[in-house]
Amino acid sequence: MTNLRAPRGTRHLPPPLPEPRGTVSAAVVAALRGPGRPGLPPVPADCAVYGDDLQLALYILYELHYRGFEGVPERLEWDGGLLTHRAAIEDRFLDALRTDVPPDGAGTAGEALDALQIEPVGDDGGLSYFLRNEGTFEQLREYAALRSLYHLKEADPHAWVIPRLHGRAKAAMVAVEFDEFGAGRADEIHAELFADLMEDLRLDTAYGHYVDAAPAEALAPVNLMSLFGLHRALRGALVGHFAAVEVTSSPASRRLAEALRRVGAGPAAVRFYTEHVEADAVHEQVVRHDVVGGLLESEPRLDADVVFGIRATGYLEDRLATRLLGAWRDGCPVLPLGR
Amino acid sequence: MPNTPERPRRVRVQRNGPLLVEGPVEVVGEDGEVTVSNRFTVAVCTCRRSRTLPWCDTSHRCRDRHRAGPA
Ligand code: FES
Ligand SMILES: [Fe+2]
Ligand SMILES: [Fe+2]
Repeated sequence: MTNLRAPRGTRHLPPPLPEPRGTVSAAVVAALRGPGRPGLPPVPADCAVYGDDLQLALYILYELHYRGFEGVPERLEWDGGLLTHRAAIEDRFLDALRTDVPPDGAGTAGEALDALQIEPVGDDGGLSYFLRNEGTFEQLREYAALRSLYHLKEADPHAWVIPRLHGRAKAAMVAVEFDEFGAGRADEIHAELFADLMEDLRLDTAYGHYVDAAPAEALAPVNLMSLFGLHRALRGALVGHFAAVEVTSSPASRRLAEALRRVGAGPAAVRFYTEHVEADAVHEQVVRHDVVGGLLESEPRLDADVVFGIRATGYLEDRLATRLLGAWRDGCPVLPLGR
Repeated sequence: MPNTPERPRRVRVQRNGPLLVEGPVEVVGEDGEVTVSNRFTVAVCTCRRSRTLPWCDTSHRCRDRHRAGPA
């Protein structure tokens, strides 16, 4: 596998369509690939909602709104049949999440964010702790390859919430996004800093390169952001999700920077995480006080949605951590990576 | 951010957490060392526990939590 940075011009080109993982994703790929663009059969009732086939199908349908795919007409982004099909999959995903993250006794958004700062006693099974303490260079490469599904479009899913916010929440959200997008400097865009990290770790920086290698548990958290970002009705959940990520990021980023230093990764790899130690210590404050605070001041009834966004994020991140740590503790790689 | 009589620079004070100052900010340490941050808002550590002084790195929390990556 080649692993140099894709040339600047080509790195942002639409990637090829992923390999299907079952009947549902195969039908979506066939519908996008043409010719004739066959219709989409209903999703079978027994298709596992967090499984590879359904999560990949949803991932592909969402990507039409980001970079699209090589050879797929851009206007299919708003194809009625595809959107109807996506809505059916989204309903399954959302129903499952509402069941697995029940609202009972969840408390307020403020309480849920406070709880994120409290660490369980003893070994909490956290990914960043494992990587800091014993992660190998190869495991850090795997981690970065999987996270590239989000970080190469870092902060893009959250930009969709901007027209749905007003006043204090909007001003603060835009300020944080401005920082995520490099504060006016293209080479400081966080997605670019992540490409630099990948290059340091000898990973392929082409957009979408690692989708085929990513297990369902790594697709689901990215699908969650797209789901929350694309629906105005889920703006509270999007804000909750964003707050949860910002609150947990700074300390986790420090551990990841330590892990990368320990295995001898280069300065660009370390830089991505040290930048996030400092940036997200600020973002956390701004998101809590003004994005969450501002939204709930104008729309107090969204409190439960903010809590749902926070907890759904934690639920899917925990599933990913369980999958990765299960493999790594057994000494198995999670995905096939070339040297 | 402007710092004018009509629109003075805003600083947010919190009991448990950093001082939030509209950036850019220059901090002068006791030893005279100057550290600059151009971020739109800057979190200045008040607990002295940060490992990236003078900026907050969330060490003011009693404990912190795992999971999730950067945002
Ligand atoms: S105030 Fe946050 S680390 Fe000191
Ligand atoms: Fe970021
Ligand atoms: Fe951030």
